[in-house]
Amino acid sequence: MAVLQMQRISICALKKNRKQILELLQRLGVVEVNDVIPEDSLFKKSDVTKGRTLLDKNVNRANDALGILDTYAKEDTSMLSVLNGRTEVSTTLYNEFYDKHDEVLRVINQIISLERSIAENKAKVINLQLQMEALKPWMNLDIPIDLKGTKSTNVFIGALPNEWTLDTVYEELATYMPMHIDIISTSREQTCVLIVCLKEKSDEVLEGLRKIGFAKPSSAGKEPPVKQQEELENQLNLVKQEIENAKETISSLASRREDIQFFTDYDSMRTEKYDVISNLVQSKNVFVLTGYIAQKDAPLVEKAFGDNFDVAIEFESVDEDDNVPVVLKNNSFSAPLEGVVEAFSPPGKGEIDPTMIMSLFYYMLFGLMLSDAAYGVIMVLGCGILLLKYKKMEENTKNSLKMFLYCGISTIFWGVMFGSYFGDVVDVVSQTFFGVHKTIPALWFYPVNEPMRMLTFSMVVGVIHLFAGLGMKLHQSFKLKQYKDAFYDVVSWYLLLISSILVLLSTQLFVDILGIGFTLPPVVGKISGVLAVVASIIIILTNGRESRNPFKRFLKGLYALYGITGYLSDVLSYSRLLALGLATGVICTVINKMGSMAGGGITGAILFTIVFIFGHTLNIGINALGAYVHTNRLQYVEFFGKFFEGGGRKFNPFNVKTKYYKFKEKTYDE
Amino acid sequence: MMNNLGIVFALLGAVLAALLSGIGSAKGVGMGGEAAAGVITEDPSKFGKVLILQLLPGTQGIYGLLIAFITLSQIGILGGNADISLAKGFLYFGACMPMAIVGYASAIRQARASVASIAVVAKKPEQFGKAMIFPAMVETYAILALLISILAVVGIGGLSI
Repeated sequence: MAVLQMQRISICALKKNRKQILELLQRLGVVEVNDVIPEDSLFKKSDVTKGRTLLDKNVNRANDALGILDTYAKEDTSMLSVLNGRTEVSTTLYNEFYDKHDEVLRVINQIISLERSIAENKAKVINLQLQMEALKPWMNLDIPIDLKGTKSTNVFIGALPNEWTLDTVYEELATYMPMHIDIISTSREQTCVLIVCLKEKSDEVLEGLRKIGFAKPSSAGKEPPVKQQEELENQLNLVKQEIENAKETISSLASRREDIQFFTDYDSMRTEKYDVISNLVQSKNVFVLTGYIAQKDAPLVEKAFGDNFDVAIEFESVDEDDNVPVVLKNNSFSAPLEGVVEAFSPPGKGEIDPTMIMSLFYYMLFGLMLSDAAYGVIMVLGCGILLLKYKKMEENTKNSLKMFLYCGISTIFWGVMFGSYFGDVVDVVSQTFFGVHKTIPALWFYPVNEPMRMLTFSMVVGVIHLFAGLGMKLHQSFKLKQYKDAFYDVVSWYLLLISSILVLLSTQLFVDILGIGFTLPPVVGKISGVLAVVASIIIILTNGRESRNPFKRFLKGLYALYGITGYLSDVLSYSRLLALGLATGVICTVINKMGSMAGGGITGAILFTIVFIFGHTLNIGINALGAYVHTNRLQYVEFFGKFFEGGGRKFNPFNVKTKYYKFKEKTYDE
Repeated sequence: MMNNLGIVFALLGAVLAALLSGIGSAKGVGMGGEAAAGVITEDPSKFGKVLILQLLPGTQGIYGLLIAFITLSQIGILGGNADISLAKGFLYFGACMPMAIVGYASAIRQARASVASIAVVAKKPEQFGKAMIFPAMVETYAILALLISILAVVGIGGLSI
């Protein structure tokens, strides 16, 4: 319900206990460590960069290894397994892992080097295949490609561009006879030829060949091509076998996955610890740790340490100019929305925690925007079942699910009020398949039929929401004992806004537009008009009070009064309640209409079912997203704009930030 | 002949509302998708966040559909009496225009804000809450246009011209 009171904590202890103390502190996770004490000649900070870098490297390598394991031996995980949260293990297991640590590191390195050898071998395979491809045209040749000739002859083996026949080659080389020409293979791109000529004519022949584009083959070899091919084939098989072996070894190492995950957690916890150590000041035998702790957690720390170690723990209240971190604490109805507040900004200095009041409006606005009872039921059932089934899920996930559960309940409520159950599915089904017209009447009214009424209602909700925002500002000013500010900035605005609304309500024109059944008597209008003028004057005179120059002050006050247009646009902004509510309803109608197009009967029923399931799944997705985004917007811009600036720093305790495991703290009497 | 033109203009308005808003949203969601896909190549775990940002400019298409559908049912194309005077036809046409034009323009502007917000999430995923608000601010104007279009379309039905 509030921002927790924080305290400064200092722990002074012997260095020989440092490891245990820090590990205990880390598992308690209630202290944010920061360095307040400056170094002096006795107490120095220690440099731990080297150890930290090593640990970072270990964590990275372990993550790489896990990635490799995932590629070659996929872990069987279902989509919902993420809801199981981290596995809980005892601290004994954590302490025992120390002995296993280096062995697991070796496994990690083995996996990484295996992966590297696979990559290298894959490159080899490509290279071999290219060589074999190059040899293909020469397969009919039964002598080695780089044969130079015999005692009295020269042999030219090579390729001519394009397609040649024996006749055309002879024709081209007729002047250099005698010679023997063989065509080894032809294709559209090249013709492979073997030419045997007399040794004394070889230069001329080569010249003639060059003219027609003769080129030596890129792949040569002392063996005939067929033999070479066999050789390459053998090599290829060998390399492929090696790849397979490496893959198998990696798969067999998949059984070590849990160890590697543990390793990742173990070393990231140590990284965290090193960060803290770098913030400690230490003498030869003693170290001092300072930080922030929530007041309610102080006894916990005292109890945990006092019994087991020689420590001196001191608590002090925080100073005015300390940059104190913020922890929010709310009941389980509002707590799911702490994340929404923190996504905007934790409360700044002197600000109150808006979560409680905000949660009331949040659930209501979300329900108004989605406003379909059936969709609400789906949300409630979905979130409820997940919450019951996966009890050990992480806190964040649990909070999001709870938030949507409450939003779902509100959606059911508004859906019943506005008579929307999958839109008008009851009407459509009864009409199409049973020939009777049945309908579930709205408890209040159908927004699709009376959009003006819904618009008026939306704006009334808006005015209440904005007034609540102003009320929060009032509360905040009282808390800080700024009674003048409370009067100038809040009360005068309340007066102006309420009297303006009353003036509007007493004019016939406005009442006609909104379609409200009553008009306030003119007297009320007159009195309110006077009050509005008084309030405006107060605002003009006071809202520029930080300026000393009276002229400037007057102008600033005038500008502040101009802020009433801001209220106008704020109220209009709530028309999105109408728009999004109608969007859900009308799209439901479209889906149901499309489904019923094939009429009654079996075919109609099948088509209807398909369109129904597909269409409503899509609609609930899109509209829940819209409702979520716009509820946030109304809170952040319209509501928070009235009183909340934020700027606080979120409490970042020294704790176990692991990915796969969490460590249960031993009970103290163990 | 002239007497039948009313329904033509009314339908033209409805179609334009769906058409322009749809085009705008398609372009917008496409732009968001390109940016989101880029983020996913670096960090697939941000999928949920960038998906939401990508979808934000998609609502204009839905609003356009909404106006088109309400208009169609008001002018009797979806069953009923499709006899509409020329003046009423023009009125329906005009009533659809805010949604058609603002829907188109705001979807594209919103998409640009979305793309920028996706860049924010790529670098600072913890700022998602704030990043989401920037595109949502643009949507206000689509909602205001939707509001006027709805009120006008529903109101015209009651006029006797």
